[in-house]
Amino acid sequence: MRERESPQSKRYVRLVEKEQPKVSLKSNLANAFLIGGGICVFGEIIRTYLLYYGLSNDLASVWMSIALVFFGSLLTGLGIYDEIGRIGGAGSAIPITGFANSIVAPAMEYRSEGAILGLAARMFIIAGPVVAYGLISATVFGLIRSVFR
Amino acid sequence: MNKTFTLKNVFVEGTASVVGPSEGAGPLGDLFDVILPDDIYGESSFEKAERKMLLESLSLCLKKYNYRPEDFDLILAGDLLNQLISANFAVRDLNIPFAGVFGACSTFNLSIGLGSLLVEAGYVDRVIAGACSHHQTAERTFRFPTELGVQRKATATWTMSGAGSVILSRQGLVKVKEITFGRVVDYGLKDTNNLGAVMAPAAFDTLKRHLQNLGKKPEDYDLIATGDLGSVGQIMLKHLLGDASLDAGNLTDCGLLVYASTQDKHAGASGCAASACVFSSYFYPLLCQGQLKNVLLLATGALFAQITAQQKDSIPAVAHAIAFEKVE
Amino acid sequence: MNFLLAFLFGGTICALGQIVLDKSKLTQADLMVILVVLGSLISTFGFYEPLTRIFGAGAMAPVSNFGHILTQGVIQGFNRAGFLGALEGGLSQAAAVLGAAIVFGFGIGFLFRPKG
Repeated sequence: MRERESPQSKRYVRLVEKEQPKVSLKSNLANAFLIGGGICVFGEIIRTYLLYYGLSNDLASVWMSIALVFFGSLLTGLGIYDEIGRIGGAGSAIPITGFANSIVAPAMEYRSEGAILGLAARMFIIAGPVVAYGLISATVFGLIRSVFR
Repeated sequence: MNKTFTLKNVFVEGTASVVGPSEGAGPLGDLFDVILPDDIYGESSFEKAERKMLLESLSLCLKKYNYRPEDFDLILAGDLLNQLISANFAVRDLNIPFAGVFGACSTFNLSIGLGSLLVEAGYVDRVIAGACSHHQTAERTFRFPTELGVQRKATATWTMSGAGSVILSRQGLVKVKEITFGRVVDYGLKDTNNLGAVMAPAAFDTLKRHLQNLGKKPEDYDLIATGDLGSVGQIMLKHLLGDASLDAGNLTDCGLLVYASTQDKHAGASGCAASACVFSSYFYPLLCQGQLKNVLLLATGALFAQITAQQKDSIPAVAHAIAFEKVE
Repeated sequence: MNFLLAFLFGGTICALGQIVLDKSKLTQADLMVILVVLGSLISTFGFYEPLTRIFGAGAMAPVSNFGHILTQGVIQGFNRAGFLGALEGGLSQAAAVLGAAIVFGFGIGFLFRPKG
């Protein structure tokens, strides 16, 4: 019998699960809530400002997203966003700033492999799947909804 | 079969170590030969910085002990990157024959073990054994880009930046006394964020065989130092030792010695450099001064690649044991 | 009041996401994909638009909004020009944000070096 299928190794796997250091879910949750909520408030401030200057609801929402993408990219470039992510976890990944971070981080990292197959190709290692699945589900769900209205 | 080699005539003649800035800021910081000012070390990529660290530690072995390249018969060294690029590229300017060695984070012990056997057999007179790792290059090879805002798991270790090398020959203050090469052990674990737990069974297996072969007890060593099990792996190893009624009182872990708890490196340092730098700059001087009589270095390695992890394969691990003893 | 609503809703989504991260083996990339698909699904039933009206940026900033925009683009495109419109519609709605992300990503990736 192979070692990885033996009762002894099965017992060990259970022991490893038991000895997992307890992540303090409470503080992780609080951090995710505060940082995620904080980024949304920042977006809301931008949006309020744009609405105040007479932009339509739709346009204000688009410009807000662009502004958040800009700040997410810039903070990644400055080496700050990964520190926010270390604390915020999902709170920094879920807002669109996290989407920007997922594009900029590999772009910076793989720049040393060239501007085309390094930087530009690797930009999409995480954003690519997000866009692909987003578009696929939008097309499928949207068409179903349009056809069976 | 499954033999432990007992050597008579091989010594560590000298050591050299180079570490990155955050390792230099740790509790052992003052002991390392060179501390880099930053992670990139004046190069255009982290890969180049890593090989420069290894080259520097190898060259230091020559410089510190006044040797020329022709005094060495062989370099045995390795690293964590694909095709051993750090070691292969680092040695190209040294003009010394080279054999690349891969044992993941156990590479340092594998190099010393192979080199010592060659010296003992009389085929070579003087060899260098070394290993290196670099945080940023390892993250790229095994995980995510470093600027990505990923939350690290509490069980995850932090690949340290550094390089360590030792000179092995027939003279010196510290004897290479016993060598037990490890079996590859796979208990079916798959979590690449918990490599300590993956490697603990390998460490246990090699340690148990080493002690059995020699009829020794753990207490016979002043110190049993695992390579980079980290806090979680150490707990698991203590469980396994406890089940086998072996004493774990003198157990330590190189990875746990590198960083201060305030440095937020979670489960401790890992990488080839953990055992290489801690032995070269901490244990070796203590042995020379006689503060330690003997040390069993048990470097551990997780033998996976990103591809096997993505294909959801379990992670094999290995540990090699080498006993060093102060010459009376 | 708007700010409080945005904070509470956005924070809650992120906290739920954190539970998923801590309690499962899913990575942040998995989480982002799941949210985009969820956003698209909610949008299909017409529930996402009211959320953005009530919670503002709280519903607009999370990536799930990206799924919402794509889906609305597909639906509106289909109504305008049939199947071809559906295929065009998704990306054309999201083009501005995606374009910005790519241009900024390239620029910053070119200008800055990773620090680790």
